[in-house]
Amino acid sequence: MKPGKLLLFSLPLAVFLGLGYFFLQALDSDPSLLPSTRIDDQVPGFQLPTLADAGRMVSEAELRGPLLLNVWATWCPSCQLEHPVLLELAKNGVPIVGLNYKDVRPAALKYLEIHGDPFQFNIYDEQGDLGLDLGVYGAPETYLIDDQGVIRYRHVGVVTPQNWREQLYPIWQSMGGKP
Amino acid sequence: MIPEIGNFAIVMAMVLALVQAVVPLAGATLGNARWMAVARPGAYGQFGFLLLAFVILAYCFVSNDFTVAYVANNSNTLLPVWYKISAVWGGHEGSLLLWALVLAGWTAAVALWSQHLPRLVASRVLGVMGIISVGFNAFLLFTSNPFDRLLPDFPPDGGDLNPLLQDPGLIVHPPMLYMGYVGFSVAFAFAIAGLLGGRLDSAWARWSRPWTTVAWCFLTLGIALGSWWAYYELGWGGWWFWDPVENASFMPWLAGTALMHSLAVTEKRGVFKAWTVLLAILTFSLSLLGTFLVRSGVLTSVHAFAADPTRGFFILVFLLLVVGSSLLLFALRAQSLNSESQYDLFSREVLLLANNIILICATGVVLVGTLSPILFDVLELGKISVGEPFFNTTFAPVTLVLMVFTGIGPLVNWKRHQFGLLKSTLLQALVISAATAAICLWLFDAGWNWMVFISLLLCVWVVWHALFDLWKKVRTAKAGPLAGLRRLSLSYRGMVIAHIGLAVTVAGVAMTANFDVERDVRMSAGDEVNIGPYHFQFRGVEQVLGPNYEATRGTVAVSKNGAPVAVLTPEKRHYHVRRDMMTEASIDAGFTRDLYVALGEPLNDGSWAVRIYFKPYMRWVWGGGVIMALGGFVAMSDRRYRIKVKQKITRTAGQLAGGSP
Repeated sequence: MKPGKLLLFSLPLAVFLGLGYFFLQALDSDPSLLPSTRIDDQVPGFQLPTLADAGRMVSEAELRGPLLLNVWATWCPSCQLEHPVLLELAKNGVPIVGLNYKDVRPAALKYLEIHGDPFQFNIYDEQGDLGLDLGVYGAPETYLIDDQGVIRYRHVGVVTPQNWREQLYPIWQSMGGKP
Repeated sequence: MIPEIGNFAIVMAMVLALVQAVVPLAGATLGNARWMAVARPGAYGQFGFLLLAFVILAYCFVSNDFTVAYVANNSNTLLPVWYKISAVWGGHEGSLLLWALVLAGWTAAVALWSQHLPRLVASRVLGVMGIISVGFNAFLLFTSNPFDRLLPDFPPDGGDLNPLLQDPGLIVHPPMLYMGYVGFSVAFAFAIAGLLGGRLDSAWARWSRPWTTVAWCFLTLGIALGSWWAYYELGWGGWWFWDPVENASFMPWLAGTALMHSLAVTEKRGVFKAWTVLLAILTFSLSLLGTFLVRSGVLTSVHAFAADPTRGFFILVFLLLVVGSSLLLFALRAQSLNSESQYDLFSREVLLLANNIILICATGVVLVGTLSPILFDVLELGKISVGEPFFNTTFAPVTLVLMVFTGIGPLVNWKRHQFGLLKSTLLQALVISAATAAICLWLFDAGWNWMVFISLLLCVWVVWHALFDLWKKVRTAKAGPLAGLRRLSLSYRGMVIAHIGLAVTVAGVAMTANFDVERDVRMSAGDEVNIGPYHFQFRGVEQVLGPNYEATRGTVAVSKNGAPVAVLTPEKRHYHVRRDMMTEASIDAGFTRDLYVALGEPLNDGSWAVRIYFKPYMRWVWGGGVIMALGGFVAMSDRRYRIKVKQKITRTAGQLAGGSP
């Protein structure tokens, strides 16, 4: 048994064990419940234009809740899946602010015109700066923000009627959100 | 009472799997024939008990037994009966039971059709499959029991099946996919048995080949079905999203394709043995990895199962044990394998190796793309999300390079081939391919596109070479070309069919990905829109009532040059129990194009947002998959796989007409 050959044939095992270690680590951090470093922190400061009006700038001061901050984009198919749920929530009086993330303005405006607009206004984050500060993992994501502008909860992935009822709504209620 | 019998059946299956894992392997080591003989009845018994459990779960669904938690979560009295049956595998627990059942089914099939194998080999193969069964049965019993009860406070009615899954495509998609996924366990078991026994020769490769090919065929069909389902059910007109769950099924397919080709070399020439064994381990490991990714919740996906760290931990430990120990065995044993023949740099052996390396690169690309969110997260390099752009830009070139070799490979002789002899053939094929591709593009009349041109060129290249080689083989037959065709081995004919299938799929992908047209329009009754020669007229909406939903149904009349083509009726469904909205697209499918209409949102002035797609050659994407699977089924029917081992242990390659992989 030549040592060189043994080393070569052990390579797959070594690679696999390395991968296994990563998976073990990954198990602890469930991505859909990402303990955002931002939870219970203020919304990070920003100065960005709105989607509808490039001349109007908004900042963190305008994110006084209780409100939902929804990260979306036209390039994200899951957002389309989520869209009817947001429309339903908006219809029931839940205030939703959109964070249009790394998107193209005309495409995003057209999307809202066609599919309906559940948002009070949209922050247009073309470069993804605010997304970076928030630690956005991928669209869609939804943040619950209270009346002090503090992030109270972060939901990664599509908001469905079920996880709204079971996970988000209790927190929404506890922070004084209506209905 | 009935669900407890189901539970008991799983326990019995688990016990039998334990026996089937331990006794035959011990018997093989100690040379005890009686112990080895336990393998077959063990396999049959395990299959019988899991089948019983499965039937009982289906019975619980049909009889609306909402005391069973799994039934209560995934069914409803209003659910049509055929969806009640498909709901059996609509959630985590039930689909895992299907996994275990399919595994037991494959084991029983191996037990049934391994009579011609040496007893030692058969008992080792069945023993290894028993080990895998133990893992999955334990996973079922300890973390995901589908028969858990909700007593005494059970709900009067169930939570209903996810509306996305209430679809005929979903009735057949998971069983097909699992047949493929799990089927690779047979190739894996043969590889481990070979390593244990130290016997990895042509005969070993010949035993593995039909099993690998059948599993690959089912996986091909399963993936094609899944893509087709996503296309018409999700309502975005997309058919492949590089979603982690899709990737989880695609990686074993790529590795399995490499394995099929590598097994061919090992069977015919007795070389690349270690590589083939490694591929067999890799392919099944990727199937297990897919199961881990889908069911542990380490990745977010549109259709992942609920995240549960216990389940994730269980399956990860199982993965580490199975794959880790098999790779350890590989490290210790595979180095003593030696090649039985020599080959030159330009030979079919080397071209098939190139094919393997390209396929493994493609697997690597998908693996990296799928896992990088996890790796970045664990390494604390920040969060990233890898989307379609990464996959499309990296995967397309790899596929095109693969097609170059798919074309040449079959023309080249085993052992050595003088490149000079092929030059004129290749040049001729290149000219014909380029000309055909250019003419096709010109006829299609959608402008010049280099990517499509190169893709079509390579598709024609593959088909031309496959047919040209076939023609060369049959034209010399004395009794005429048709008789010549019949004399060719089935495995050769299967290869020709499968390669043509690949070209069909790639052609469809190239056309539809580059030339599809999407229109999002606001339409009131009477409004019209044109896409190319097609004329769409919106005739308004009406309310319709389904068994467990109500829907708004739009009507869109399509005509071409004044002649009616189709009346499409897209729906927007509202499911009562889950309060979900679903978009049901309406599609007019055709050989050269699909017309696809989906209803968006109602707008304030009573008009509707309507999405209209024109998708050229869409059916070719899945049609090619069906052709590939057909090729696989033809190839595995080759009679040399059924020849009794006692008659012919040495290579039969020389006697076979065609001499194909």
